[in-house]
Amino acid sequence: MILTCLIVAIFGGGILAWISSRWGQWWPRWISLGVLSASLITLIALWIKYFGRAGVASRGPWLIEIDRAWIPQLGIHFHLAMDGLSLMFLVLTNFVGIIAVAASWSSVKERVGFFHFNLLWILAAIMGVFVAVDLFLFYFFWEMMLVPLYFLIGIWGYENRTYASIKFFLFTQAGGVLMLVGILGLYFVHGRATGVYTFNYSELLGTPMAEWTARWLMLGFLAAFAIKLPVVPLHTWLPDAHTQAPTAGSVILAGLVLKAGAYGMIRFLVPLFPDAALDFQTIAMAIAVVSILYGAVLAFAQTDIKRLVAYTSVSHMGFVLLGIFAWNEIALQGAVMIMLAHALSTGALFIIVGDLQQRIHTRDISQMEGLWATIPKMSGLALFFAVASLGLPGLGNFVGEFLVVLGAFQSNLPLAVLATLGLIFSAVYSLWMVQAVFQGPNTHQWKLPDMSLREAAILLSMAGALIWFGLYPKTVLSTVKDSIHNLQQSVSNSQTQMPSATLPLGDTPAGAQGPSDSGGTK
Amino acid sequence: MTRAELVVMLPFIMLAATPVAVMLAITLRRDYRVCTALTLLGLVLALAMLPVTLSQSSRESTALFIVDDYAVFYMGLLLATAIVLALLSYRYLKVQTGDREEFWILLLLATLGSSVLVASRHFASLFLGLEILSVSLYALIGYQRTREIAVEAAIKYLVLAAVSTAFLLFGMALVYGEIGSMEFAQIAALRSHLGDAERAFFIAGLALIVVGAGYKLAVVPFHMWAADVYEGAPAPVTALVATMSKGGMFALLLRFFTQIGFRADDALFWIFTAVAIASMLAGNLLALLQNNVKRILAYSSIAHLGYLLTAFIASGSLAVTAVTFYLVAYVVASAGAFGVLIALSGPERDADRIEDYRGLFWSRPWLAGVLTAMLLSLAGIPLTAGFVGKFYLVAAGAQTSLWALVIILVTTSIIGLFYYLRIIVAMFSQPAEEGTGIAVRQVLAPPEAAALVVVTSLAVWLSVYPSPLLHIIPKLVH
Repeated sequence: MILTCLIVAIFGGGILAWISSRWGQWWPRWISLGVLSASLITLIALWIKYFGRAGVASRGPWLIEIDRAWIPQLGIHFHLAMDGLSLMFLVLTNFVGIIAVAASWSSVKERVGFFHFNLLWILAAIMGVFVAVDLFLFYFFWEMMLVPLYFLIGIWGYENRTYASIKFFLFTQAGGVLMLVGILGLYFVHGRATGVYTFNYSELLGTPMAEWTARWLMLGFLAAFAIKLPVVPLHTWLPDAHTQAPTAGSVILAGLVLKAGAYGMIRFLVPLFPDAALDFQTIAMAIAVVSILYGAVLAFAQTDIKRLVAYTSVSHMGFVLLGIFAWNEIALQGAVMIMLAHALSTGALFIIVGDLQQRIHTRDISQMEGLWATIPKMSGLALFFAVASLGLPGLGNFVGEFLVVLGAFQSNLPLAVLATLGLIFSAVYSLWMVQAVFQGPNTHQWKLPDMSLREAAILLSMAGALIWFGLYPKTVLSTVKDSIHNLQQSVSNSQTQMPSATLPLGDTPAGAQGPSDSGGTK
Repeated sequence: MTRAELVVMLPFIMLAATPVAVMLAITLRRDYRVCTALTLLGLVLALAMLPVTLSQSSRESTALFIVDDYAVFYMGLLLATAIVLALLSYRYLKVQTGDREEFWILLLLATLGSSVLVASRHFASLFLGLEILSVSLYALIGYQRTREIAVEAAIKYLVLAAVSTAFLLFGMALVYGEIGSMEFAQIAALRSHLGDAERAFFIAGLALIVVGAGYKLAVVPFHMWAADVYEGAPAPVTALVATMSKGGMFALLLRFFTQIGFRADDALFWIFTAVAIASMLAGNLLALLQNNVKRILAYSSIAHLGYLLTAFIASGSLAVTAVTFYLVAYVVASAGAFGVLIALSGPERDADRIEDYRGLFWSRPWLAGVLTAMLLSLAGIPLTAGFVGKFYLVAAGAQTSLWALVIILVTTSIIGLFYYLRIIVAMFSQPAEEGTGIAVRQVLAPPEAAALVVVTSLAVWLSVYPSPLLHIIPKLVH
């Protein structure tokens, strides 16, 4: 029930924010902030309540569950359920949501009500994606985030916003409808095999099907998730959408929307089609390596700073894909860790870029140079997030990338070695960006106001979370451990041999601790 | 004719009597308001009589009509659409020059024609309904006879409708020649006794009927008239062509071909498949090239008929539900979209250029919101009826493993999204100059507002809580 309440509250908050804009433009901001904070506090309370107690046997896979018939004619249920993995992403969604509201506090001045309406509806739909366990409901939420996001980019974006927003909409919608075909295919395959026509995730797990059926259906799902993630060569919408979106839009895109794609792969793609996914493993990991390297190289080649940050996302999401398809506990935990850390580090970089653009009205790197002299505080934080993004030990991203590469080593050595190159590349583009923008002489004689208290608070809270993840990753890892274990279990149950799952570390109770300790100390 | 048969015919009698009443009212005194009130009253009374027919044990009336649950459902849909269209047309007509009262007579006749179509179980009544509908449409399309483009559209429609009628008649004649009956039930029963040579003529007859019906539905390759007629006709008439005319015809097609079991013949299956694929592709691709909102909607409607045919061809247990639900969603969304177009149109021309919609969201947020919702519904985005509808269509196709058709449906619907987005982008972009353009000058009249509110809430409600409707639909066919 509490899940429904949270999602409905945020939808309702969006409507209220829109209506309230007639009383003044501060109302929508405070309403959004209030709703999201309340929701975040509730989720953190839940997190504390269930922390470490997410027992597999005693509770079943879900911590909280609600199941009501919705369209009984087709066996569609309003079925939400949360496990540790979903909880982690719900917390992230609300945290990033608050950051997004705060980041657009002074930069969005026009049509404030409608802006916050869209913002909250995106967040509510994404929360729905993270907790829906009825495939129809999942698809419903999945599609629902598109329209408000489209408006966010198309109305409050920068100069080329119409092109970017339409491209974004068409790409993601194309993936979405292919997933719809996959969902319905699975529904009928399952119905014919068992006589039970249902969209229920738990029942659809382990559906017996022919090899090629599974492959085709998996491709339907993969289309949606790979476009969202995004994976080279389906990534071309991302640089445009990220660059043209307003700061809040970029933060949500990088922090949450891309994660929905990765979450879909972990929750649905591999568990529903374990054999097909295993056959696809090498190809997917190869594509992941291509994404890592290609994204990094293109990031280095950009002259628009926001586009640069956007391409780094492609590279980082390559690591996530690598971790998911390596499909062992270490790599999966690493993938989740990267997702959380990337949401914060890249989100923060987008906010800094947004703040810079608000001050100097350009995103062209050649116009910047030597900004440290005039805005030292912001530059310092930018350096922090840049090194976080390149994977400096002690910060969240490092833990994630380390775990992913460690996991990938066990499943495909040559590709893991190639992926490691990406870590070097990311050092190159991150440091190059810092050097080109913030260091050197202030040739353009910029005199800019440094960070305001609000901007500092946003960035410091994100920095704090990154340090926390880096030094004590166990908070995250033990929250998601059981979920990942369950997912792996359901996959290995339905297939006879699962070579990559036979990890000595993964089966011991200390499995989560082992890699995380090494992550923190090396 | 027995008393029971008469009771069953009550809605039709009401629909036939109202135009006479309006005509008499006009001869007494030309009063636009009185005529409007009479029209609405007639439509509402006809709608109210539908439940009366439900109480009868025998739902057949003569050899021509059958007012079964299916017919009652579709007549309800058509009558409700007619009421909505009448409400939407009120202000539009009021600001036009020339006589306006006859419009109501023609609207009522068109409603009668399409109602007859959905209740017919005999070629004669089919033909009768179709002609009542067509003849009133000729006049309606050319109603603004001072506008050149309207007259052109009317003549185009007249010629093509006459051609289609010829095809239809010839097809019926062939079927009658082989079977010896014009009743649907007889045709279904006797077709299996046909020899090979007779079967060939029978199939040819059905194919000709498909051609005739195809013209009415404007599916490819019988679609040439659609864009021009949509553009030339007054906006309310365009809405009528898009909703009532196509809806009634499709309901009839569904009844006839389901009853005679068209899946038994490969030839018919391939004809329908080819038509569906061509409609989806051509409709969506040609819509990309248009700059006129009415023309965009014309081509999009061609594509939507293609989508509908996909589920129709699937003809699994989900097919009737899918087609009916989608048809309802399509009618609702089309009525809403044209409703906004009507509300923005002035006496000199219709608001059918994309520029008319530039910045509409900032000057007329509610109307723009309604149009956005309707276009998203046509595109099949969640929280609109079109989403559930499209879900059902794909489900119906997937159920009988028509993967090629399903893949074409979903990929072309992405192309479709692009042209809907073009209109939406225009509405949300910054207006060129404040206070210009045809759109901002029209004042929204209460009847229009009421109709739009009803249609929009229906579109959202059908998406959030579709089960009542989905519960009813499977019971319509036994």
